[in-house]
Amino acid sequence: MQVSISEIHEIINKEASGDGSLIAALEEIQARYRYLPPEALILASERLGVPLSQTYAVATFYGAFSLEPKGKICIQVCMGTACHVRGSPQLLDRLETQLGIKAGETTRDQLVSLERVNCLGACALGPIVVTDGDYSGQMTLSKVDRLLKSIAKSEAEA
Amino acid sequence: MIRLTIDGEPIEVQEGRTLLEACREHDIPIPTLCYHPALKPYGACRLCVVELDHPSGSSKLVASCVHPCEEGAVVRTNSEAVKRNRRVTAELLLAGAFDAPEIVALAKGLGVEEPRFRMEESESCVLCGLCVRACDEIVGVRAISLIHRGMAKKVATPFEISSATCIGCGTCVLICPTGRLKLSDVTGYRGVHPWDNTFHRLYCRVCDDEDLRETRLQEATDLIADMEASE
Repeated sequence: MQVSISEIHEIINKEASGDGSLIAALEEIQARYRYLPPEALILASERLGVPLSQTYAVATFYGAFSLEPKGKICIQVCMGTACHVRGSPQLLDRLETQLGIKAGETTRDQLVSLERVNCLGACALGPIVVTDGDYSGQMTLSKVDRLLKSIAKSEAEA
Repeated sequence: MIRLTIDGEPIEVQEGRTLLEACREHDIPIPTLCYHPALKPYGACRLCVVELDHPSGSSKLVASCVHPCEEGAVVRTNSEAVKRNRRVTAELLLAGAFDAPEIVALAKGLGVEEPRFRMEESESCVLCGLCVRACDEIVGVRAISLIHRGMAKKVATPFEISSATCIGCGTCVLICPTGRLKLSDVTGYRGVHPWDNTFHRLYCRVCDDEDLRETRLQEATDLIADMEASE
């Protein structure tokens, strides 16, 4: 995805009012580009008067921020205790094999990012797989296969 | 003035002092690692814990470097609970920095010779934050920070490449208690490990400092010009 300096400037300027606007600005940039480009961190530091070392510390601290480009679709597999005992490791294993990536990585075509999360607070629905914020409960291996097929199909249509 | 009791002795201290400062003023020994008199207290190493008695009869361990002195407080600096807690802390510090003389000596002073744990891939850094805080509070350039979190947490420059703001002063190296940061001097250059920054050495005729950084020369010249203009 093309990173536009002027667009980043715009986002930062919008958030630049008041204290504690660094995280808000970074969130906006993360939402726009699905990651934090180095340029964005430098611009945010300069505009908001926060040392770059501090901005970098914040950007690496929170799991919600990524310094690597993320895929268009984000698949999260819950690895919390309840989901774990109900077989989420097998689901993650299947996703990793099918997508050819490890958890935390993004497919080479920048389509799918795979993540493991620790608990989504919906243990009764476990094992849970979240696709771009959509919760799918009681997941099975065949449901995972179907999910991947539907992603491939909608991508082919688009 | 605030009156409190430390180890059974009634003590008077000025308002706004921390428990650690009160103890130091009255020659009560308390081990510290992340505390430095020139820096703001940080409360990271937990070696300075003391036992604070609550009027209800219960007591709790608090980090004395960040805990303010309160009127009527009853503090014990050397109780069994305190000693046990400090020993475990020392063991954990030693697990990651068993080859750092300062940490070994500190642990020995608390009765820890051989830790029960040992980190396999130790880089000796105990994340006390002294280098980061010195770079911020003393030098004022904030070239380094603690990045990531949990087990991955470490001291680094932004993007983990040589920093544009580092002035190569070496304060981080001097203040490091583990020797994780090293100042490697190469003839004509000065490198501050591990930031990968190298600086040309220049000789200062005024202060005999060999380590004047090239980019600092212009700043110094400007400063002198300003001073002369204002005279």
